[in-house]
Amino acid sequence: MALVLVSLALITVYFRESSGGTLHSAQRIGVSILTPFEVAGERVSRPFRDAYGWTADLVGAKSDNERLREEVQALRKQVIQNETAAEENKRLQKMLNYIGGSRYPVGFTAVPTQVIQKPPNPYAQQILVHAGTSNGVKIYDPVVTQEGLVGIVTDVTSGTAQVRLLTDQASAVSAEVLGTGASGIVARGPSDSSTLVLNRVPKDEVVTEGDLVITSGWQSGPLTSLYPKGIPIGKVSGVSRRDVDLYTRIQVTPLVDFGSLDDVIVLTAGDPKKP
Amino acid sequence: MTAADVFKAPGLLLLAALLQVSVLWTIEVSNGHPDLLLVLVVVLALVRGPLLGSVAGFSAGLFLDVATFSTLGISSLLLTLVGYWSGRLGSIMSKSSPHPPLLAVGLATIAVALGSAFLHFVLGSTVGASELLGRVLLPTLVLNLLLAYPVHRLVCRLFPRTTRAAREVIVPG
Repeated sequence: MALVLVSLALITVYFRESSGGTLHSAQRIGVSILTPFEVAGERVSRPFRDAYGWTADLVGAKSDNERLREEVQALRKQVIQNETAAEENKRLQKMLNYIGGSRYPVGFTAVPTQVIQKPPNPYAQQILVHAGTSNGVKIYDPVVTQEGLVGIVTDVTSGTAQVRLLTDQASAVSAEVLGTGASGIVARGPSDSSTLVLNRVPKDEVVTEGDLVITSGWQSGPLTSLYPKGIPIGKVSGVSRRDVDLYTRIQVTPLVDFGSLDDVIVLTAGDPKKP
Repeated sequence: MTAADVFKAPGLLLLAALLQVSVLWTIEVSNGHPDLLLVLVVVLALVRGPLLGSVAGFSAGLFLDVATFSTLGISSLLLTLVGYWSGRLGSIMSKSSPHPPLLAVGLATIAVALGSAFLHFVLGSTVGASELLGRVLLPTLVLNLLLAYPVHRLVCRLFPRTTRAAREVIVPG
């Protein structure tokens, strides 16, 4: 009890007195007496503390390392997501520019959509897109990108549409060589699916490499071409006129990269709903 | 309390106090430090009763207040009370609890932390409850509990049980 009272008295007096008071002075003396002991203790213990600090730092560094690795992983994922989003943004911007530009065919409404299935094998050059009847898509609607013609819708459900690519063996598009008037039918090349041929071009037509091939969009009475006029198809990459052939054989390199189709535009005649 | 205790206890306390201010305060886990002096006071009180406990607590507290330039009396008041009550607790727990040092040290650590917060609050300096409980009290409690058994063993070796006390334990009730 006496010690408690002494403690309380110490607190009271110490708290009330000035810094030059008796207790403060006594404390300063006490500190100065203790200082050498503290210094000695500090010196003796320094190697142990350094060892402890080193170990603690090592443990901390290990956990920091793990945390930073996780952060790097997360940031890598973020970077990939950002880059993908930027790419997608770029593609969609190009598509929008195309839809709003002068090259866009008159009288058609655009249904921008994504490719949800690539050609399942080299024999069936078909893709599946994420737009269907609910978006106003119908069979035989042409499908394009901002680069050029992709193909035509051959089957449709409420939410998806099957598109036969220009490189499919069953595809045939009436086309003409821009600026020359030479016209014919574009179909898949005999060798592989990466090249097209423009058939049935009379031999007297002058066609040179680099000429642009576009859809001709013909109309004959009540019948019209499935494709609107003026959609780019490809560039002439080879011309062959053999004596035994009736027509000039023109090799066409398509403008569309069919191997990396992500976003396409279905051209519908009606007023489609949003995909 | 024996005559030998009068010499051994201050020596042990002084050693522990020097170790506390020079070494143990540099060991920081979160914001908590191992409090060897508190553990020693509690264990001394458990082994030798409330009188030695309160005297040891007062001395240790005064030493700490001086060494740390703190308000004189705060640590001595808290450690005096802790020493006294640990001594009282020791006489009860030695018969009922299998782990008297752990329980006493745990209770003392909590009591000193809360008491210190209260006294500092009364004197005008405060600390956030979450800071006190989470970052100071909890790590200090764990560190003190780790010290409890080794210190108890050391003290039991240095301060062997007196014949009277031993008889009291052997023939309870």
